[in-house]
Amino acid sequence: MCRVVDLQQAVLVKNDERAGTLRAELAARGTTVINLLSSPGSGKTELLEAELALAASRGVPVAALTADLATEHDAERLARAGVPVKQVLTDGLCHLEADMVRAQLEGWLPDGTRLLFVENVGNLVCPASYDLGESLRVVLASVTEGEDKPLKYPTAFGLAQLVVVTKDDIAEAAGFDEEAFRANVRQVNPGVEVVLTSARRGTGLGLVLDRALAVAAGEQAHRPVMARTGEDAGTDTGTGTGTGTEAGSGTESAHGHTHLHTRVHAHPHTQAAGVPARSQS
Amino acid sequence: MHEMSVAVAMVEQVTEAPAGDGHAKVSAVVLRLGELAGVVADSLRFCFSLACAGTVLEGAELLIDHVPGRARCAPCGAEWATGMPPQLCCPQCEGGRAELLAGREMQIVALRHGEDGPGPDPAGPVPVHAKES
Repeated sequence: MCRVVDLQQAVLVKNDERAGTLRAELAARGTTVINLLSSPGSGKTELLEAELALAASRGVPVAALTADLATEHDAERLARAGVPVKQVLTDGLCHLEADMVRAQLEGWLPDGTRLLFVENVGNLVCPASYDLGESLRVVLASVTEGEDKPLKYPTAFGLAQLVVVTKDDIAEAAGFDEEAFRANVRQVNPGVEVVLTSARRGTGLGLVLDRALAVAAGEQAHRPVMARTGEDAGTDTGTGTGTGTEAGSGTESAHGHTHLHTRVHAHPHTQAAGVPARSQS
Repeated sequence: MHEMSVAVAMVEQVTEAPAGDGHAKVSAVVLRLGELAGVVADSLRFCFSLACAGTVLEGAELLIDHVPGRARCAPCGAEWATGMPPQLCCPQCEGGRAELLAGREMQIVALRHGEDGPGPDPAGPVPVHAKES
């Protein structure tokens, strides 16, 4: 005789709830978070430095958190833009979680910050699963990384609300096939905007800032197919303005997990009944 | 790899589950895992065995119920298996307004409390079985 308890708990529900709370709190302060994801070396920091400097020159109050396993190099680079920047050292952890972002903001984030950019750990696998309270998720890939990157990392690209190609100045030398890249993005995330940039040449600069400001002003960010799951599918509520899921946060990320229920109802099973809900796959 | 973070989250949730009362020995955890959840089952199983150490889950089995990705195109009604890498554009009308019916699950669906079952052998290895095919 053993006892089987049925429950329905999304494993990352705690992070999702914390992210939802953080998004709501920051929204109340007038701050919108942009989460930047890419592989190491794809040019997040260089592009972000240029975008921060542009924001500063336009008088848009911005700030940035940059995460790495070690060193403060990126914070030093970003600080050249003349805006508040803070380095997050993850001590080896491969991704940021919502409560890590919250801990960094306490006592640091200046009042009146319009946009907070979070440069995630360079990694296209793990960060994709963690909502940080962002209202715009930007995924970057450089022209040297291959056109099939979106297919190799479908969760990251599938949940992107803006895809940024970097280092476009060397696209020809790298043999970058823009059409193939766009087709691959479309396969995993139809409808997401893809923009080409070169921080070195200055082409495409300001696009990320413009999209972020539009979302901050209430424009609905792209809602990826991969994020259209369960009961909130097709409701077009948009990032940060959703009606919330059953997990109970006031706002909802566009990349929301399948939250489902947290109801618990215990009932006895016999040993022979075994563990339910097994499928033969 | 974030499988360790996922495993730790699972252990926290199970030990805090009201029906689990936080004390009863857990002999198995059933996880519904979607094809598009971005989690490697083998890696998760390894991390789970480590995360369970010293808790009521010590020695617990992780039973993974794999869920294939499925999508439906609302405008044209087509429904298909997304595959991996997923095809999320409608294969019938090529539209981009599909919804995901299944595939991103990462959900604890059941716990087994083995009251009379064999407890973890303190001298032996943690039994982590690959039950799914």
